[in-house]
Amino acid sequence: MKAAEIHNIHKSYDEVKALGGISMQVEKGEIFGLIGPDGAGKTSLIRILTTLLYPDQGQASIFGMDTIRDFKGIRKIAGYMPGRFSLYQDLSVEENLNFYASIFGTTVSENYHLIKDIYQQIEPFKKRLAGRLSGGMKQKLALSCALIHKPDILFLDEPTTGVDAVSRKEFWEILKNLEEVGITIIVSTPYMDEAELCDRVALMQEGQLLDVDTPANIIGKYDHELYAVESRELHQLIKDLRSFDKTVSAFPFGDTVHLATQEKLRRKELQKFLEEKGHEGIAVQSIEPGIEDCFMNLMRKQNDE
Amino acid sequence: MTNENIIEVENLVKKFGKFTANDRLTFQVKKGEILGFLGANGAGKTTAIKILCGISAPTSGKVSVAGFDAVKHPEKIKQNIGYMSQKFSLYDDLTIRENFRLFGGIYGLSRKSIRQRTEELLKRLELYEYRNRILEALPLGWKQKLAFSVAIMHHPQVVFLDEPTSGVDPVTRRQFWELIYEASEEGKTIFVTTHYMDEAEYCDTVSMMVAGQIRAFGEPRELKTEYGVKSVNDLFIKLARN
Repeated sequence: MKAAEIHNIHKSYDEVKALGGISMQVEKGEIFGLIGPDGAGKTSLIRILTTLLYPDQGQASIFGMDTIRDFKGIRKIAGYMPGRFSLYQDLSVEENLNFYASIFGTTVSENYHLIKDIYQQIEPFKKRLAGRLSGGMKQKLALSCALIHKPDILFLDEPTTGVDAVSRKEFWEILKNLEEVGITIIVSTPYMDEAELCDRVALMQEGQLLDVDTPANIIGKYDHELYAVESRELHQLIKDLRSFDKTVSAFPFGDTVHLATQEKLRRKELQKFLEEKGHEGIAVQSIEPGIEDCFMNLMRKQNDE
Repeated sequence: MTNENIIEVENLVKKFGKFTANDRLTFQVKKGEILGFLGANGAGKTTAIKILCGISAPTSGKVSVAGFDAVKHPEKIKQNIGYMSQKFSLYDDLTIRENFRLFGGIYGLSRKSIRQRTEELLKRLELYEYRNRILEALPLGWKQKLAFSVAIMHHPQVVFLDEPTSGVDPVTRRQFWELIYEASEEGKTIFVTTHYMDEAEYCDTVSMMVAGQIRAFGEPRELKTEYGVKSVNDLFIKLARN
């Protein structure tokens, strides 16, 4: 049985189309990433799958249970961590956790092993009110509460947005551990680099799916030649590369510019072009694309259609 | 970039009770420089930005922005800076043009210059034909570019950008950086925070805050060599973990 089956889901808010006919499947036990910027439809999809929102059209099921008819069954086996902190701010850390355990008919001690690694980090503050925790600690408490009834499937809506690079790395280590216990994880993120930490991803943009596959397969489907180009003046380099006749796209990526071309380049040709434009410290290297390169390429194709 | 300092901070300390949020910060930022102000959540970035913008007073130390002292003349600082963030940007229930008029008025621009700047900035974004649209239904990427244009409408000497590209799609994120480059080339100093470490590489200078102190400050290229790391992301992880 699939962890999630999604058929032709549509959802609009007045004139704004949030989801325009989305279909995909999530396998049991995988970390499945919904990758896309704000407005891609990630939150709407998660809210539909967690039975909190009705789709306008289409069906979805979680472990065979329909999100509308069998919503009670889904709520028993799903853990959900919304994008906005929504625990009780006026209850303490400990009270929040006990409360969530009791509404699911379990106790903290029964499933403590599942949250131990995460909860230990906030346990010294267990008497503190949840509203007075730092961002990182709130996130750990929310995850603990979402896990305390030992869910089969965990929904995480942008758990790492606005979180610094170090805490993001730690959070993903936690997710990998949960995957090993057998929990299916559906996680959304606007950070493209996190796609490579998922088993499979759906790339989403403005309510549409750009692609659904493993990160490796998505990268394998990239259909241009890609080069990392360097020179002293990054901004001028971007502008000049865009005027090069073989360029499909030129975008900054960290300290280099990623140049996509239709066909293989002779490096000397590009070197000469840039020298004539007055660039210094030029370096050109053929590279493998990352998920972000693929995402931008798919976005461009979608716009061309 | 020129040699003229637009921001000068010397031994800036900010305490909340016993907690020291900013611990003896000292740095300078030049005219036209793009400074990436980095640090983990809770490292003290927001506290420092509030002081630099003149909305919070330091406990001790000297802070001067655009030639004005942050303790004596915070109001003068506010007139000479622009500010935008993901959290505070434009009014969703006004049109693009109304937002420009509102903020232009707050900045004290004349009607004529509001009209001229609105036209000039919107044409540069290729959004002039949408000027009578209500903001609410516009794509996030447009809103962020518009918010940036509003923040530079009164020709501020310094622009503070607090996570301006958070949640924005990868293409728009890069277009946004081209706006930053253009503003810098016009001589505006840019003070920017971000959680996208690739964006840190686009800055002339990066500052890395850990537990209230600046632990590293310099050109990305030089810092990477100094610490023997490949990217600013690796540098961040190396410094923030210690």
